[in-house]
Amino acid sequence: MKKIKKMVVLLLTVVMMAGALSACGSKTDTKADNNDNTKTSVTTAAGGKLSGTITLAGSTSMEKLANAAAEAFMGKYPDVQVTPQFTGSSAGIEALLSKSVDIGNSSRSLKDEEKSKGAVENIVAIDGIAVIVDKANTVANVTKDQLAKIYKGEIKNWKELGGADQPIVVIGREAGSGTRDAFEELLGIKDACKYSNEINSTGGVYSKVLKTPGSIGYVSLDVLDDTVNAVSVDNVKPTEENVKSRTYLLSRPFVMATNGEISKQSALVQAFFEYMKSAEGKELIKSVGLVTVD
Amino acid sequence: MSDKSFSIIGNYKTKNTVEKVAHVIFVTCGLIAVVAVFSITLYMIISGAPAIFKVGLKDILFGTEWKPTAAHPSYGILYVILTSIIGTAMAIAIGVPIGLMTAVFLAETAPKRIANIVRPAVELLAGIPSVVYGLLGILILSPLIYKIELALYKNSPGHQFTGGSNLITAVLVLAIMILPTVINISESALKSVPSHYKHASLALGASHIQTIFKVIIPAAKSGIVTAIVLGVGRAIGEAMAINMVAGNGVNLPFPFSSVRFLTTAVVSEMGYASGTHKQVLFTIGLVLFVFIMLINLVLNKIMKGGKKDADI
Repeated sequence: MKKIKKMVVLLLTVVMMAGALSACGSKTDTKADNNDNTKTSVTTAAGGKLSGTITLAGSTSMEKLANAAAEAFMGKYPDVQVTPQFTGSSAGIEALLSKSVDIGNSSRSLKDEEKSKGAVENIVAIDGIAVIVDKANTVANVTKDQLAKIYKGEIKNWKELGGADQPIVVIGREAGSGTRDAFEELLGIKDACKYSNEINSTGGVYSKVLKTPGSIGYVSLDVLDDTVNAVSVDNVKPTEENVKSRTYLLSRPFVMATNGEISKQSALVQAFFEYMKSAEGKELIKSVGLVTVD
Repeated sequence: MSDKSFSIIGNYKTKNTVEKVAHVIFVTCGLIAVVAVFSITLYMIISGAPAIFKVGLKDILFGTEWKPTAAHPSYGILYVILTSIIGTAMAIAIGVPIGLMTAVFLAETAPKRIANIVRPAVELLAGIPSVVYGLLGILILSPLIYKIELALYKNSPGHQFTGGSNLITAVLVLAIMILPTVINISESALKSVPSHYKHASLALGASHIQTIFKVIIPAAKSGIVTAIVLGVGRAIGEAMAINMVAGNGVNLPFPFSSVRFLTTAVVSEMGYASGTHKQVLFTIGLVLFVFIMLINLVLNKIMKGGKKDADI
């Protein structure tokens, strides 16, 4: 009897392992399929009813926006398949130029080199990052240089910036976060930051700054309210207008680049951009914490 | 008539099928746990191993730089492992004496009325979700610890201030979290010490306190060690609460440094991680899994040892 029981356990384990292994196998299969799909198949059915596939690739920072847009667009046109991939801005534009995707997502302005190869910069939204300090802090403005030094750990006390004699608690986001990525990139301090707190959500950063005297943190522009102080950077206030006019330093465009003008794209891609510009699309852009272009 | 088939008078054949069916059901239910353990083990190994080959086991385990998103990424988790070990040890050092004394109090010295208040309180403590502990840590402990930090490091401008999110806060939260485990298990260990030990000691003229420390606690040793090991297991596996209070910087585990534990390393970066970064997070999970397995092995050894003692 005991031997039989042992056999049963053994057999089950073997079956389990086989199952797990085969599951892994199938995973790679679907990935391969996805790659095949990148060779677009856009077909516009007669009668104005849209169907086909739009592929996007590029910036990981734009993941939230691209996914939300894809979902909403597919909800509106059930026959359309929108597949966003997140490979990084440069890889996205490269994929666009090699014509393996329809839209290349880039969370920076396109380089002249990319433009000369035919990529057209369509800014769909602007990402703004606000620097926040606790309510009691008297420092209302920092320069780009000061901000970089604070985050590199070279300025450690608010008195160096004309504030109270109070140590600075440097709060930021976790590695991989789009906000952190943008913040460090815009200040030119990528991977040089010395955070004392790495918090994995905007809300977390916000509440930590709210409660910690002498702290500094960064959050996306949309969560600002008057429970914390938003600091001006280089004397420009972090407002929606300043982000739109691009005078505020900590902002970056979210570009959905196309190969040639939008008007030369397939009807499906044109419809996608029309959607992004519609009131519904603007609502969507705001809902993921971004600022609309116009 | 249906109840007849289950009675003693029911014929042999039906009785036999009922027995057999019940047996099969029990075996299947029992196997679910086995299957779960095997599939988790397998999954951890399959998903944690690729990064080891890609980055190198030595670079992961003994590297001190954690820069997963840099242009030249490095994935060293030495500080993270050290934090988990030292943080857990500190939590045990604080939590176990308190827990053990509470257990002694409940099992030996407490008047019934007070015991009836303390015991449900301990049980309630066990039922509180870890996120609530984390919230209490943020709202109460963190500001308090930050005041201490400000006072202590007033004259050392080199210190990176953590705003109260540091190792010591995390350790205090952990110490409270392991209390119910330690108290409950050591209390039952103390209670299972045969009463003639106690009576003999008292009869020989030892005081109650002497009896507790010289006779009862040594006799309940294996049970208490079990409690400690389970406490270690709870502390090392806790993620949510300490994610909120540890600060999450990858630093050497000094009391007032912002630190990252194995669990929080996985939790905090899983959201946006991709590629090798994500795979290394799985490897961290695997390291944690190995730790838990080791703790379980130790526990098994102790439990077996304890049984031998009881036989004598």
